[in-house]
Amino acid sequence: MSNEIEAIKDPGLPAHVHRKADTDSAAADRAERQVAILFGISALGTALLIVSYIFIPDDVFIFIPVMGNQNAHQLGLGLGMAISLFFIGMGAIHWAKTLMPDTEVVAQRHEFRSPDSDRKEFVEAVKSGAGAAGLGRRSLIKKSLGAALGLSALSPLLLLRDLGPLPEKELEKTTWKSGTYLVTDPGNRRIKASDLEVGAVAQVLPEIEDPEHRKLSDIAKDAVLLIRLRPQEFNLEANKLAMTHDGIIAFSKICSHMGCAVALYEQQTKHLLCPCHQSTFDVTRGAKVIFGPSARPLPQLDITIDQEGYLVARQPFSEPVGPSFWERNSQ
Amino acid sequence: MTVEARLGSVANYVDERTGAAAWMKKNLQKVFPDHWSFLLGEVALYSFVILLLSGTFLTFWFDPSQREVVYEGSYEPLEGIKMSAAYASALHISFEVRGGLLMRQIHHWAALIFMAAIVAHMMRVFFTGAFRKPREGNWIIGIGLLTLGIVEGFLGYSLPDDLLSGTGIRIAEAIIQALPVVGSYLAYFAFGGAFPGESFIPRIYTVHVLLLPGAFLALITAHLMLVWYQKHTQYPGPGRTEKNVVGYPLMPTYMAKAGGFFFIVFGVTAFLAAVASINPIWLYGPYTPGQISAGSQPDWYMGWLDGLVRMAPPIETHAFGHTISWNILVPGLIIPGILFTGMALYPFIESWITGDKREHHLLDRPRNAPNRTALGAMSLTFVMVTLINGGNDIIATHFDLSINQIMWGTRFGVFILPPLAFVITKRLCLSLQRADRELVLHGRETGTLLRLPHGEFVEVHEPISPEKAFLLTSHEQAPPLELPEVDGRGVKRAGALRNKLRSRMSVANAEAIPKVSVNDLKEIEHH
Repeated sequence: MSNEIEAIKDPGLPAHVHRKADTDSAAADRAERQVAILFGISALGTALLIVSYIFIPDDVFIFIPVMGNQNAHQLGLGLGMAISLFFIGMGAIHWAKTLMPDTEVVAQRHEFRSPDSDRKEFVEAVKSGAGAAGLGRRSLIKKSLGAALGLSALSPLLLLRDLGPLPEKELEKTTWKSGTYLVTDPGNRRIKASDLEVGAVAQVLPEIEDPEHRKLSDIAKDAVLLIRLRPQEFNLEANKLAMTHDGIIAFSKICSHMGCAVALYEQQTKHLLCPCHQSTFDVTRGAKVIFGPSARPLPQLDITIDQEGYLVARQPFSEPVGPSFWERNSQ
Repeated sequence: MTVEARLGSVANYVDERTGAAAWMKKNLQKVFPDHWSFLLGEVALYSFVILLLSGTFLTFWFDPSQREVVYEGSYEPLEGIKMSAAYASALHISFEVRGGLLMRQIHHWAALIFMAAIVAHMMRVFFTGAFRKPREGNWIIGIGLLTLGIVEGFLGYSLPDDLLSGTGIRIAEAIIQALPVVGSYLAYFAFGGAFPGESFIPRIYTVHVLLLPGAFLALITAHLMLVWYQKHTQYPGPGRTEKNVVGYPLMPTYMAKAGGFFFIVFGVTAFLAAVASINPIWLYGPYTPGQISAGSQPDWYMGWLDGLVRMAPPIETHAFGHTISWNILVPGLIIPGILFTGMALYPFIESWITGDKREHHLLDRPRNAPNRTALGAMSLTFVMVTLINGGNDIIATHFDLSINQIMWGTRFGVFILPPLAFVITKRLCLSLQRADRELVLHGRETGTLLRLPHGEFVEVHEPISPEKAFLLTSHEQAPPLELPEVDGRGVKRAGALRNKLRSRMSVANAEAIPKVSVNDLKEIEHH
């Protein structure tokens, strides 16, 4: 197609148009002054930075429309720095654009492909090099070298083994045991059923001996949400209903999707929502997933009260809490 | 001695000790083409330098430790609260170190600008076809830099160990844990035991300040050396060919412009850091796995991944006592894996479709490569839809919408909108080609109306300049590949299905409005 048809010809690079400063020395001097002024503004910016650093205390706030209350010290430092840097750039570019050569230069490009004779010799050199080493013929060397290199890669992997312990069954265990008291978080006090009014929500943790040094990795599995509804509001199977106490139901607070804290409770609809990925759980139906990416309900903790009326766990969680993992038996 | 003479003696000194005169002479006069879109990569480079400088400042005070301390600094709302040393030192930088907050904000803003510049630069390279031979390798290095940038950014904003960043780490842990067979082992190795443990922040600190910046430096060096050695591409136009480079010499014009531009990027970043608060970690409080704040959002370059994870349907496989979380693996690893592999391989896919193995140094105008442009628009639409879903909670509260509707909208939108974007973009490109053809054939509309003797009104058209006419017709219009299904002896060729696919794609790729030739212009003159 393009063979017979004649393409429109390249008229070549347009003629260079001189700038005013190229021909008029007064214009060039003016440009020089403009560049100097831009550099001067930059120097003023640095002065502003120094003044702010020395004279503005770091606890003074000033009100600026749109931005609200701003820390004057930080604002002075930042604006000073911004001005000092920005105007160096402006000056340099103005200098380049008005006074430095702006004639377009044409440089030639050459194809990267070398002349055929060089290419041939290069290929020959590679071939003869490989041939001299016997890469093609001595397959025993090639194979054993491959195996040795592959095996040697194992050693750094092995040395990384001490990065952490093996998970064993830890992902499936929590601190909750039969008879563990529920305590408030924060506060670390035992809770009576009567402390919770209908509609109330509380975050609780298992009671431990040294609550001052509770590990974050334990909270990451132990955190539980208590919610009190009217008993008749539940729509649960008998065994799940038996795990509640007088309208109080306890769920793991750790999302069954990716482990965020499921912290948003909507009292009207009785839905729990995870703010990370919007998995939504229906409290009345045992934290069944009604929306979002989570594939499993939040595990429910079996609770009851002791003789004095304090809430305790009747038994540990019957399934692992938190996000899924390969060894998890979710059946 | 004048400045020139002094610099001359420096050059003399250098050459007597290195013999570099010939090389330096050639390279100081190296020609760089000028175009605003060539500055995007420069913004990325300069942001990286700003990140190194501001990051080094932050390391002087940051304590990458998850050891528990009680806060005793000057920010009263957190006084007496237990937190990690990392978080306490990040607060110390923000409130007690003079200029510390400014530097933190410069560092964070520069990271956002760095990623935005990389993406914009990549779009420029993609839409103009700058990745074609001989620059495929540099394109792949670029994809590597983009990937490292996402990881580096995530690790960086995870370091302060506040409630928001800890939540991000929790999600990363869940992705590792979801890997079949090895997941829980890898998670325990990464975190030195159960999440969150006390090892993770110190470990990612080393990766963030040493390992990845080292990798960045190596890749950026290779990236720039290739640009230098292969010479920059240039836009088409009169006097510009595949065999030349038209532009300004490195010394002094380009040096002054590029050097000045570094200060401009730094200045703008400092201005943003001075007036626009970013990641106010003191408002979030220390990380604890039992708490969270509503509206938890990652930085923008992670937002599309988060959006994908949010829209995934709730599917897990439970079999033989094992669990596979497709709702995590597909959006978190498989789709991004396919996307990034596809991006890296694209130069080879395109050259396979076109059969074009020649060098290209002249850029395409996006309209003249409708298929590629449409593919780019399609990919961007995909990312935009997922990004919108990544902010569905924020959008819902700000625009008074239902989060469920946004989620369902994007779940369907992610399948419907990208192909739609492809079709629309391709049609738009062809229309623009048609407009170009019209312009060359009939000239520019002057807006002057002329009344003909018999009463008809016509608009006066003015012929365009020869330069413009050349620009609008200088692109190639290659015919599709001819791939016969049978060979010369009538035997079906091997890989017939592959060939069929290739030739169909080649036909679609070659679709174009014929550009104007001299013959067309002559024909018009005859009329």
